[in-house]
Amino acid sequence: MSKADRLREIMDEEGDAVHANTQSFNRGRYDSVADLEDYEALKEEARTIKEDAIERLPELIDRLEETVEGNGGTLYLADDVADANRYIREVVGEESAKTVVKSKSMTSEELDVNDALATDGHEVVETDLGEWVLQVADEAPSHIVAPAIHKSREAIAELLNEHFDSDEPLETAEELTTFARETLGERISEADVGMTGANFIAADTGTMALVTSEGNARKSIAATDTHVAIAGVEKVIPSIEDLQPFVELIGRSGTGQDITSYISLLTPPVKTPTINFNDDETPLSALDDDDREFHLVLIDNGRMAMRNDDDLRETLYCIRCSACSNVCANFQQVGGHAFGGETYSGGIATGWEAGVEGTDVAGEFNDLCTGCSRCVDACPVKIDIPWINTVVRDRVNRGKAGKIDFLVDGLTPDDEAGNPPLQKRLFGNFETVAKLGSALAPLSNWLADTTVSKRMMDRFLGIDARRDLPEFKRETLTEWCTDRDSTIQNPRRQAVLYPDLYTNHVQIERGKAAIRVLETLGVDVVVPTAPSSGRAPLSQGMVETARDHAERVADSLDPFIEEGRDIVVIEPSDLAMFEREYEQLLDLATQERLADESYEIMEYVFGLLENGADAAALCEGAGEHVAYHSHCQQRTLGLEGHTVAVLEHCGFDVWTSDVECCGMAGSFGYKSDYYDVSMAAGDELRRQFHEKDTQNRTVVASGTSCLEQLDSLLERHPTHPIELLVD
Amino acid sequence: MPTDTRSLEQSLASLNVESRRVAPCKVADAVAAFAADPAVAVHLDRDNASLPDSVTVDPTPVELKDATTGVTPAAFAVADYGSVVLPTTAAGSELVSLHVDRHVAVLDAADVVSDMESAFERFGRDISNRYGSAVLATGPSATADMGALVKGAHGPSEVRVVIVED
Ligand code: SF4
Repeated sequence: MSKADRLREIMDEEGDAVHANTQSFNRGRYDSVADLEDYEALKEEARTIKEDAIERLPELIDRLEETVEGNGGTLYLADDVADANRYIREVVGEESAKTVVKSKSMTSEELDVNDALATDGHEVVETDLGEWVLQVADEAPSHIVAPAIHKSREAIAELLNEHFDSDEPLETAEELTTFARETLGERISEADVGMTGANFIAADTGTMALVTSEGNARKSIAATDTHVAIAGVEKVIPSIEDLQPFVELIGRSGTGQDITSYISLLTPPVKTPTINFNDDETPLSALDDDDREFHLVLIDNGRMAMRNDDDLRETLYCIRCSACSNVCANFQQVGGHAFGGETYSGGIATGWEAGVEGTDVAGEFNDLCTGCSRCVDACPVKIDIPWINTVVRDRVNRGKAGKIDFLVDGLTPDDEAGNPPLQKRLFGNFETVAKLGSALAPLSNWLADTTVSKRMMDRFLGIDARRDLPEFKRETLTEWCTDRDSTIQNPRRQAVLYPDLYTNHVQIERGKAAIRVLETLGVDVVVPTAPSSGRAPLSQGMVETARDHAERVADSLDPFIEEGRDIVVIEPSDLAMFEREYEQLLDLATQERLADESYEIMEYVFGLLENGADAAALCEGAGEHVAYHSHCQQRTLGLEGHTVAVLEHCGFDVWTSDVECCGMAGSFGYKSDYYDVSMAAGDELRRQFHEKDTQNRTVVASGTSCLEQLDSLLERHPTHPIELLVD
Repeated sequence: MPTDTRSLEQSLASLNVESRRVAPCKVADAVAAFAADPAVAVHLDRDNASLPDSVTVDPTPVELKDATTGVTPAAFAVADYGSVVLPTTAAGSELVSLHVDRHVAVLDAADVVSDMESAFERFGRDISNRYGSAVLATGPSATADMGALVKGAHGPSEVRVVIVED
C-alpha cells in the first residue's frame, strides 16, 4: 500500500476520534495553564531540573541504588530490552505468578514485556482501562497518555460486547467502566505481581511518583506482594522537592487537567498490608506487610548514548505529557498509529525512536513533522522538538545510500553528503527553482501548469497534481527596487526589508505594500539582494545547506545592521529561522545580533505606531470585517497579537482563527504522500472561515503557505495583512 | 478562619467534593452525615474526636469488600488544588480509601498548606521519616478511556472531606 493510501485508511478509520479527543485535550491545556500564575517560570524550573538531572545521571543512579536498597527494595540497571526482560522474567518466575497485573507504562511497551512473560506462561493483564481495551482488541496504543484515543465509545462497546458475549449489551461509558472495573477487580485480587511504570523517581529518598487518574496502579500495587516498577533511566531526578513543578505541569500539559486524580508518591516496599479478600476474620491492622518485595528496573536501552548526543539529549527531558501530540495539526488528523514508531508517538517520538530503536524507525514517520513549531511553547520542559525532527531527518538523508540523480545533481550542494531523495533536494533547493522560475516566467508557469507536466511531477517528484504551483513573477522585488530611490526626508527609522524567497519571486505585491506602508510611516527602506533563509533545505533535513544559507544571510545583512538599520521580515517562517533555528546554525553572537535587530513586518508597524507614527496616513479600515489566520511559527514567537492590534488600530474589525497550523506547512502539502493529511488539517480552517460570522469577511494570513492553503480552500482570495494598509 | 482553609473549601467545591468544617466533638456527626452504609474506617488516631458507631473501625477484608464508604485520616491538604494527602499505613489506610465507592477524608484544619511548593517542602521533610508512601488525591477517581468522562474508575466515585477545627 502506498504511504498516501495508508494514511488515508488510518484517517478514515481513526481520524474522527483522534481529532475530537486531541483537540479537547489541547483546548484544556490552554485553559488550564492560563490559571497558573507563573507558567513560564514553572516550565523554566522543570527544564533546569531535567538538565541538571541528565547531566548528573550516573551519580544520581548510584545514589538511587543506595536509597532503594536502604528502603528494602532492589534496583536493577538493564542495558537493553533483552537484559530487562531476562531480569523481569526471573523475578516473576520466582513468584511462580500466574497473573501479573500491570498499570499503564510506555517503557513496558518498549520492552514488549507482556510477550516476554507470556513465553513463560504468565498472563499479564493491563488494568488501565484504555490499555485493557487495546489488549482485548489486540491493538497498539495510538497516544502516549490516552492509548485508546482512536476508539469511539461505540467501537469499545461493540468490542467488549462481542468479546465477553454480554447478556445485556453494554452501551454507555458508565456501563463500560463499571464492567471493566468489575472484571479487572477480580484479576487484580488474584494476581501475585503488580507491574507499574514510574513518572519520576527521586534519588534522595527512593520515592517514585506515579501520575494516574483511575486508581488501577494503586490497586495493583496494594493487592500484590511483589511490585516491579519499570522506568527509563531518564526518570531519575535529584530530590523529592524537585517533583513540584512536574506535578503542576504534567496534567495541565497533557489532558488539560490541573492535576490528575492521584499522584502516588511511593517509597516501596509500601506498608499497606497484603490482603486476601475472602478473609472475614483478621482485621486489616493485624495483617502484615512483611513479604512485600520491590524491584525497580531502570532501563538504558540507548538512553546513555542519547545523553552523549548533543542533538538527541533533550529528548531525555521529556516527561511524556503528550502536549506535543495534542497540539500538532498533523497528529490531530492521523494519530499515533501513523505518527509514531515502535512504541512512541507524536512530535517527540522521533527523538525517542531514533535513540531507542534507531534512525530508520524514526525516519518512517518523521516527515509528518512539518516544523510548524506549535509544540515548542506547549512542551513543559521546553524541548526544541522540531529541531530534533530536523536533525533526525538529516541523519536519515545521509544514511540513504544510492546514486545521485544526474538531473538534479546541480541541486545538491557538496555539503550534503549522502543522498537525500530527489523530492527533498528539489524542495530543499527551492531558491534555485525560484530563480529559474522567475528567469523563465511566464513560460515556466505555463509549463508547470500543463496536465502532462503535473503528472510528471507527481510521478518523479511526488508533487501532488491537485496542487497549483506558485506562479513566479518575471520581475523580482529586488529588481523592482533597484530603480527606486527612497524619498524619505529625515527618516524616523532606517530599515532593510528582507527579500524572502516568496516575496521576492512570487508574492511581489505584499513586498511592495510593505515598502509603501513603511515609507508612509517615515521609514527609509532598502531591499538588498540577499540569499534565502535556508528554511527550505532545513525543512527537508538538509542541515549543512541550511547552515550555508544562514551564514550567507548573516554576511549580507550584517553591514546594514552595522549601519543602524532594522531588519524587517514579511515571511514569518523566515523570521522564525533568524530567531530560533539560526541558534543551531550560527555562532551565538551572530545569531543574537541578527535576531535582536529583526522584526516581523506587522510587529514593526506596531512599534512605529506605538512610538508616535501616524496611522491616519494609512488606509482606513472603516470597520471592514476581516478574518485573520496567523502563521504557526509567528504564533510560537508570540507575534500574532501585533497584527491584530495594528489592524484594529487602523479601524478593522478582526476575527482570528485558532487552528494550530493550516496544514500546508511549506512543501508538506505539495507532496503526494501528504496531500490528504494536509487537506484534512486545512478542513478545520475551511470550516472556521465558513461560519456565520466569518463567511463574508475579508481573509488575511501572514504566511505564504497559509495563503496558498487558504487560496485552495476558499472562494475568497486571501492577502497578507500589510496589503490592507495601502489604498 | 485562615485563608488557606477557605481556599481549600473553594477548590474542593469546584471538584464537586463536599466538605464540612467542624469542632472535634462534631466529627462523628459529620462523618455519619457523609457516610453511606455500610461504612468502614481506619483509626483516626486523635484523642479528641471519635467515629460514629455505624462505622466499622479496622474492618476485615470481607467487611472492606462489602463497604460503600471508607473513612481515613489525611496527613494534610493543598488548598490551591483541593488535594488531600493520604499516607500509606500498616493499618490499611490505602485500601480503605481505595476499595470503596465513597471516600471520606478527615483532615486537621491546621494541616492545610496553600500551594504545591509548600506541599513538596513538607514531603521533603516528612515522606521518609513519617509515612514513606502517600497519595496526593484530588477529587474522585476518573477515566475518559470509555468514550466519555466517567467518575469512579477503579477507585471511589465520590469524595468528602471533614475539616477538624480545634
Ligand atoms: S516532548 Fe515535551 S510536550 Fe512532548 S511529550 Fe515530551 S514533555 Fe510533553
